[in-house]
Amino acid sequence: MTQTPAISTAATGTATPLRPDLALIASLIEPGTRLLDVGCGDGQLLEFLARTKSVDGRGLELSQSGVNASVKRGLAVIQGDADTDLVDYPGNAFDYVVLSQTIQATRHPKQVLEEMMRIGGRVIVSLPNFGHWRIRTSLALKGRMPVTKSLDQAWSETPNIHLCTIRDFVALCDEVRAIVEAAYSLSPSGHAKAIRHTAYRANFFGEQAIFLLSRKPLGD
Amino acid sequence: MTQETDPQEQPTTSGLQLTLEAPLPLDGGGTLDNVAVAYQTYGSLNADKSNVVLICHALTGDQHVANDHPITGRPGWWETLVGPGKSIDTDRYFVICQNVLGGCLGTTGPLSINPATGKSWGITFPVVTVGDMVRTQALALDQLGIETLLAVIGGSMGGMQVLEWAARYPTRICAAIPVATSARHSAQNIAFHEIGRQAIMADPDWRQGAYEDAGVKPTKGLSVARMTAHVTYLSEQALHRKFGRNLQDRTRPTFGFDADFQVESYLRHQGITFVDRFDANSYLYITRAMDYFDLAADHEGRLARAFKNSPVRFCLVSFTSDWLFPTPESRAIVRALNSVAAKVSFVEITSDKGHDAFLLDEPEFFQTVKGFLDAAAEARGVN
Repeated sequence: MTQTPAISTAATGTATPLRPDLALIASLIEPGTRLLDVGCGDGQLLEFLARTKSVDGRGLELSQSGVNASVKRGLAVIQGDADTDLVDYPGNAFDYVVLSQTIQATRHPKQVLEEMMRIGGRVIVSLPNFGHWRIRTSLALKGRMPVTKSLDQAWSETPNIHLCTIRDFVALCDEVRAIVEAAYSLSPSGHAKAIRHTAYRANFFGEQAIFLLSRKPLGD
Repeated sequence: MTQETDPQEQPTTSGLQLTLEAPLPLDGGGTLDNVAVAYQTYGSLNADKSNVVLICHALTGDQHVANDHPITGRPGWWETLVGPGKSIDTDRYFVICQNVLGGCLGTTGPLSINPATGKSWGITFPVVTVGDMVRTQALALDQLGIETLLAVIGGSMGGMQVLEWAARYPTRICAAIPVATSARHSAQNIAFHEIGRQAIMADPDWRQGAYEDAGVKPTKGLSVARMTAHVTYLSEQALHRKFGRNLQDRTRPTFGFDADFQVESYLRHQGITFVDRFDANSYLYITRAMDYFDLAADHEGRLARAFKNSPVRFCLVSFTSDWLFPTPESRAIVRALNSVAAKVSFVEITSDKGHDAFLLDEPEFFQTVKGFLDAAAEARGVN
């Protein structure tokens, strides 16, 4: 897989710096492309990409506050749900479809991933890694569902109903015929590292992962 | 155009007025000559005329958006949204609202005199469409020297006009804000309109539409039409919260057909006050125009074709408890816009106030409009 890309958040000027996973995602985007950000929150990534890379962006966001904040930034954002509303988008409508820190909260992650693969030429997914050593040891030693810095809610409260490990996600990509073009793990400090093919190491040490996927050509 | 207009002149019920110089072609065939257009403006036009916001009113609305109504004396119907420092900030934007074609507050409609007979048109007035209303607005703006609009906004039938504007004149508008609306009037809505029309026509004072000549008014029919319609603008929750089963000025039911319940009394009041400011034939014509509205049908049955290659930025808004123009109607428009890669935003506002929510105090709605409009102004370089 590819080299770790150079990450820049500097172009935001006085604005708050991008979240590390968003900065890494931004570095993977070619300028002047069309992009759909699924679960775009307050539109931070879309705005950054519009300003620094002339990306023609669209957003889908569940929360009213997120949509309002995005619309206020002049972004084209629709209130909707990844689980139910991706079917409304035509095929190949975007160069990229981004889903950051959301797939674990969807009802049907596989279906969501399939829809994204249909809509975009390339799909970028970032997710918390449930295989991280802290989580593994916490579960092994305490025998309780882990509560960590990035997964900070109790099992009964968390919206994250479909947590997975990096290797689980690699398997899902295979299942939906997605090619992993690049994959990175992020440490808690935001340090990015390319994930090797087997992903055993990243699955243990990476707190978050970011995948750049493309469609397997038909008949392959 | 009659005269160069000045907001301070002509303190009549219609406010400002102009007359279209050219005959107005109608979707149903034929033309109308000397069409009068009554309108109101707020704020001032900037030097490069880039700050114009057109407001399209709903079925029973009129041009008095943000001033006291000349007949009822009540505040303008969108004073919650439009004014100095408000979401549509009249310190920054030049706001225009025109009474629709077929209306009854200064724009040509069934109450106007048919030059051929010297009498009121009544129901010999040609049936007009939402498209005709929008064409009238565009021609009126031409005469006012306004070529392009920063934004067009409207709710309900006003939203239909906004969609029509975007489909017909995509290069004349930068932004479109269709609120609580639909790209086609539903069977249920047509049904409610038909009840209203039948109520008017069943009133003996309707006189086959020629009541004006007879010097009477079908007030009973029109007020029943209004009462029916008014229920569709509310929601079960809103009615329950407002009235419940409370009795009106009494402690026990009278075992008669008086307005025992507060909700009855309220509806009767709505009906009675409506007839003072609205013409029954106008009600027939305007409800008909809404019924005929089907934007997809005008584009080979595909709504998306209405917006192909549209440069317009869209912001659609719906309300959760609106069962007259429910959220799926807005979503269908969003889908069509998405499929042609239009720039579209969509917000569903949580409210229990039904269709009327777009006229009421809904802070999330106000913020959405303000955010979107200001961003559109910034993109256009409006100072």
